Amino acid sequence: MEKTWNNKAWFLVLPVLVLVAFSAVIPLMTVVNYSVQDTFGNNEFFWAGTDWFSQILSSSRFWDALGRNLIFSFIILAIEIPLGIFIALNMPKHGIGVPVCLVLMALPLLIPWNVVGTIWQVFGRVDIGLLGHALEAIGVDYNYVRNPADAWATVILMDVWHWTSLVVLLCYAGLVSIPDAYYQAAKIDGASRWAVFRYIQLPKMKRVLLIAVLLRFMDSFMIYTEPFVVTGGGPGNSTTFLSIDLVKMAIGQFDLGPAAAMSIIYFLIILLMSWVFYTVMTSSDADA
Amino acid sequence: MNFTWMAWTAPTALFFLTILLLLVGMSVWEYLVPGGSPRKGILQFETTRGDRLFISLLGSAFINLAWLGLVGPNLWWALALAVVYAVGVFRFV
Repeated sequence: MEKTWNNKAWFLVLPVLVLVAFSAVIPLMTVVNYSVQDTFGNNEFFWAGTDWFSQILSSSRFWDALGRNLIFSFIILAIEIPLGIFIALNMPKHGIGVPVCLVLMALPLLIPWNVVGTIWQVFGRVDIGLLGHALEAIGVDYNYVRNPADAWATVILMDVWHWTSLVVLLCYAGLVSIPDAYYQAAKIDGASRWAVFRYIQLPKMKRVLLIAVLLRFMDSFMIYTEPFVVTGGGPGNSTTFLSIDLVKMAIGQFDLGPAAAMSIIYFLIILLMSWVFYTVMTSSDADA
Repeated sequence: MNFTWMAWTAPTALFFLTILLLLVGMSVWEYLVPGGSPRKGILQFETTRGDRLFISLLGSAFINLAWLGLVGPNLWWALALAVVYAVGVFRFV
């Protein structure tokens, strides 16, 4: 069918364009402007050229934080995506169990980030927290304030608790949209449970999984509030992710130039990774 | 309107003006040759000319960053490399 071209439609897009300009484009332009200058406040700026970029690129602090962030995002995706699919596959499709499960799944998503951080900060404490106290009672030497491995485990567990529901809900939406005829055909062919999953459910979930992977990657790569509330980036710098490091640099040290340069590098990495994920998943979808 | 809080400089203004001109140029191109000229190049997935511009700009940013980190602060050669890369992307991707 021939496409209908109507340029009046641009007027409908205009509000979104204005909104994006004010919320994203203008701030991004300002960050770029800051990244090549130095300031001591009072709206006075001094040209610095590419110095801040060179400084960031040669700083081990940046590469360490980037490495921690990549490892964190990889672990988060490796746990949350399979776990989300598994839970969605086992959720009821009919009856009273459906609304009950959906509400239960939606609950963690309704809790603000800083509250999640506070919940887990208390939950993991050895003196008053249920998790910390229980682990100590069974003889596990757990202390997220002192031990980097424990801090990592707590932050990962917290993120899994908070965000697996999103993957579950997306996958569930994909699963319930599959017509019964597919399952009936699979049954007639004598397909195994694995074959049904591999050739019917997984392909039908591909689009929602793409959204889930993208959202979870971007969110986990930009994570700030929860680990900041729980560990403050410690012990040492063991849970200092890029965003925490960035805030320390920009607000703690008032190094706005280097922080702006770091923001741009951070933004480019997120853009690249998201594009790679999107391209790989959509191109494999087109081939299917 | 006072935009001093945005801390504009001539080089960054030139940079954004170039991006704006590229977008205007792409719009004119799209008006003249509608459809985005989709094709499968060496990356083996379909790209439109908008995708190719995005790949060119993103790649150019990383070429400049890599040059800055590995070679030094003189970015003219990196810019030349980025232009060659962009031409390559538009030709082969």
